[in-house]
Order: sequence, then structure tokens, then C-alpha cells
Amino acid sequence: MELPDVKERWTDRVNEVTIGATTEQGGTRTSTITVGGQTTLPLLDFEGDIPNKSVIAGFIADAVPDWPDTLKTAIGDEINSPVEWAQKSVEEFKVDALCLKLVGADPAGKNASPADCAKVVEDVLKAVGVPLIIWGCGDDEKDSQILPDCSQAARGENCLIGSAKESNYMTIVAICKADKHKVISEAPVDINIGKQVNILLQDAGFNLNDVVMFQTTAALGYGFDYVYTILERARAAGLKGDKLMATPIISDVGGEVWRIKEATVDEDILPGWGKLEKRGPSWEATCAGGYLQSGADILIMAHPGAISTIQQTLAQLV
Amino acid sequence: MIFIGERINAGFKDVKAAIQNRDADVIKEWAAKQTNAKATYLDVNMGTASNKPEDLCWMIECVQDECDTLISIDNNRPLMLKEAMPVCKKPPLINSLTADETKLDEMLPLIAEHKASFIGLVMDESGSPKDSAKRVENAGRIVAKIMEHDIGPDQLFLDPIIMPLKYMQEQAKEIMDAASQFRLFTDPPCHIVGGLSNVSNGTKYKKLINRIFATMLVANGLDAVICDVMDETLVNAILTAELVMNKSIYADSYIDAFRR
Repeated sequence: MELPDVKERWTDRVNEVTIGATTEQGGTRTSTITVGGQTTLPLLDFEGDIPNKSVIAGFIADAVPDWPDTLKTAIGDEINSPVEWAQKSVEEFKVDALCLKLVGADPAGKNASPADCAKVVEDVLKAVGVPLIIWGCGDDEKDSQILPDCSQAARGENCLIGSAKESNYMTIVAICKADKHKVISEAPVDINIGKQVNILLQDAGFNLNDVVMFQTTAALGYGFDYVYTILERARAAGLKGDKLMATPIISDVGGEVWRIKEATVDEDILPGWGKLEKRGPSWEATCAGGYLQSGADILIMAHPGAISTIQQTLAQLV
Repeated sequence: MIFIGERINAGFKDVKAAIQNRDADVIKEWAAKQTNAKATYLDVNMGTASNKPEDLCWMIECVQDECDTLISIDNNRPLMLKEAMPVCKKPPLINSLTADETKLDEMLPLIAEHKASFIGLVMDESGSPKDSAKRVENAGRIVAKIMEHDIGPDQLFLDPIIMPLKYMQEQAKEIMDAASQFRLFTDPPCHIVGGLSNVSNGTKYKKLINRIFATMLVANGLDAVICDVMDETLVNAILTAELVMNKSIYADSYIDAFRR
């Protein structure tokens, strides 16, 4: 008996986006990453082309995040210096790229100045050769002060800069156009706003081929469900010809997992949940695995154990 | 939605005169206007203005001098099509062939060679069908022929044949029934197209009737339309119908995004 052919046939492909610029390309990176370019849903390589594997960007920050000791210990003392943390992430954790979160700029925290932030960007770029993702602290007003300086400090390096939202996209577009960087477009778990932000970026004269979409990231429960289905739907729309949705996707797994109680509180408070030392990285790896299946092209990850697990998964699956 | 701009048609006096006087400006102006209105294809029809292939080729060249929008060659004579197809810089849409199998066998190899697409009118030698069953039957014959000639379903635009509402009120429902069945022939489905303005032929409220029928056809699978792309209200209604059918994702600026 002949088996029916149930393969889906898609008409379009996801944009291919390259991050990082080598010396020949006007930067100083020793490697670049390219994501996107798929003509089918994640992992279904029998249905279409998947020219580029998803990649892991190691989470680093200009100030030590409010993380459990188990995670800080796993990363090591290098966590206290963004440069050393960057070097260790590349050399030991073997990440493909780095995501520098400028959490130190948060007005509610250290309130680092634009010059301080730009200095960190510069130092990290000098210390390592992988492509860099530069992400503000999340406070729109402060980000519009620090990101122009950071962008300029990384001029020509073809970084990915985050994030452009409905509220601040004009600033981000201006600096990324001036300094030739790529943009992360952010929407708050809302596919309609996600599309809207991409329309706004396009209206502002930014090429959607230079955009990576961020639908925020959730680390458990309904939140995870929502984001998963949004990523899936966005990708399917992109493959069906909606050019505004045909961008690669980034998921901030490390940034989100290490904020929830399930991944940060040990057995003394959650009896029966198992040792945090093991549970934390398992949670991060499981979460990353889920997003990988829903369409994430770039996974930002923090725990070396979780990074290693996903590296093995990627090696086996794709 | 694949919008096929209908305006470069000798049925319009300015275009007819332009063909007879070889006045390229009129053709170019309509090519530019419809391209700005986001037409995917520009239909080129010389009607009764001429029967010379060189005139048709000249029209196509005028359009291509102005823009790089795809061309829909509105002619059904093999001789004309053979001359006109090689003139097109990108694979054209042939408007149209019918379920006449002899003619399909003659034309489809040429279409395959040019990687062109074609509109398959679901009528046969006996004329226009009167019900959905006959429409579906004719469509099936066209689909069988494309398979035989190794032409992909994405190169076929099935046209259920839109008829004037005023004179044949019972037909609209048959047309919609047929269109919704066309989708089931192949996977992925072929395109479904209609010459929209037929429906409002002879009526007083043409634009309103066109608009309403277009949205109802979208609900039945229409994904291409030959229409007045300059009619903004019509285009907006179609874009909205596609949202209602969950064919595109809602965003506040969905109308603006289409026009950029």
C-alpha cells in the first residue's frame, strides 16, 4: 500500500540574518552567525530546507544579575567581570555568540552611565571574537540614553541590538541605521503587536531583512504555552507569505528562567522539588528545548550545564 | 491576495485610442498607477482595437518600460500568445484557457516552457456552466491536464466564471459553491480567481456590489482577483476579508502595510 504524502508545502522562506562582521566585512569579529533561511517548520528537514542551525548566545551582563548561588557558582568568579565572563563563555562554554545585557544601567539598580556601558561593550568586543548582541536594561528612557553610545562603540561590528518596541523604535532604528547594526523587534506576547512593530520598523525605513523578532520569553505554565504558540503561528505565517512575519526569532531563555521560583528556590523552601543545583539547569535546558521546537533561531542561555545539554541536542537533531 | 489590475484594456476608450495611435504614455500611466496601487499583475488586453500580435507585444513592452510588475496577457488565441509570451521579462499569467482539452494540449507545453501561469475558465465547448456541479467537473478536467503536462497547482488560477448579478441572480451562490470545492483538487490548492466587475454589470451600485461579492468570494477561497485596483475601498474590504478568514495576521496598520 502506498503511504499518502502528508508533507506540508510552504511557499516562502524565513529571512536570513547574519550577525557579526569580520575584518573583511568592516568589523573585527573572528566568526559570524547566520540564522533563518528555512523553508519549513523547525526540525522538519524532510519537508524543506533548514540551511542554518539555531545558535546559542551566552548570557553575560555588566553587573551580576540577581541569580541563585548555584548558577553563579556554575559560571564561576568570572561572573564579576563582563570581560572574563565573555571569555569563559566563548572558550569553555563554547557559545556561538554573546548577549550582553546592560542590566547595570537600570535606574533602580547601579544606574551605570552611557559612557560606562559603552566601555563595557568596547572591552567585550576586544576580548572575544564572536558576534555580539547588545541589549538595554529594559527601561525605555534609560535605554535611549545608553544604546546610542553602545551602538557607536560597536560601529561596524554588525551587532544585534535590542530591543525596538512600539514605544521606542525610532531611536533604535536611527542608531542601528547609522552604525549598521541589526535590530530586535519586541512585542509583549502579542502576535498582532509583533507584526505592528515590524510594520513600524519598515515605515521608518528599516529593512526587515535586518530584523530578528522577540515575542518576549516565558519560562513556565500558561506563559510558556502562549509564547510557544505565538512563535509557531508567526513562523507559519511567514512561511505562507506574510513577509512581515518572516523574520528569525530570538528567545531569552536564560534571562527568564532564572527569575522564576521553580528554578531559583531550593528544597528547603520547595520540599520534594529536588536539588536546585540540578533542577535549575534542567529547567533552563527544557525551556530552551521547547523554544527550539517552536521556532527560536537564537537562544540566549546562562547556565553552562544547560548550554551543554542544548548543544548536544542541536548536534543530534539538526 | 493576488490583485490583477484590469485597467489596461481596450474596453476603455483611452486605452483603445492609445493602441490605435501607438501612444505609449497612456499605457505607461496606467501601468504606473496600478503598480502604485499594489497590483501583483497588470492585465493587458487589446480587445477589438487590433488583432495583430505586434500590437499586443508593443503594449507589453510599454508596460515593462514603466515598471517590473508581472504581466497578465489577456488573450486566448494561441498564435497571439506564442508571440507575446517571449516578450515578457518575467513568467506571465495567461488569461485565459478553458476546459477545451485539445486547446489545453496545444497550449500547456508552451506554458510549461515559459514557467507561466494561466487562468483556467471552467467552461467548455458547450459554453458557460449554469451550476456548481458543471463548474467543478470542468475544473477537474483542467486540473487533470496540468498534471499530465507537469504544471504545478500554483501555476493554475481556476476561474469559476462570475456572472452578472442583475441578469442571473441564482448564479452567485453556484459560483461560491464551486470556488469552495476547487480548493480540494490539489495540495497545495491551485489559485482561485474571478473577473470581479462582471458581477455588477448593468447595475446602478457597481462598486458596492463588487465589494460585497469580493468579500463573499474570499470567504470561499478566492485568492486572486481581476479588478479595479484603484478602488481603495474595494481593496481595503478584500484585505479585511482575508483577516476575517485568518489568512493574514492582524496588526493595527494592516492597511498601511499593504500600501507601502
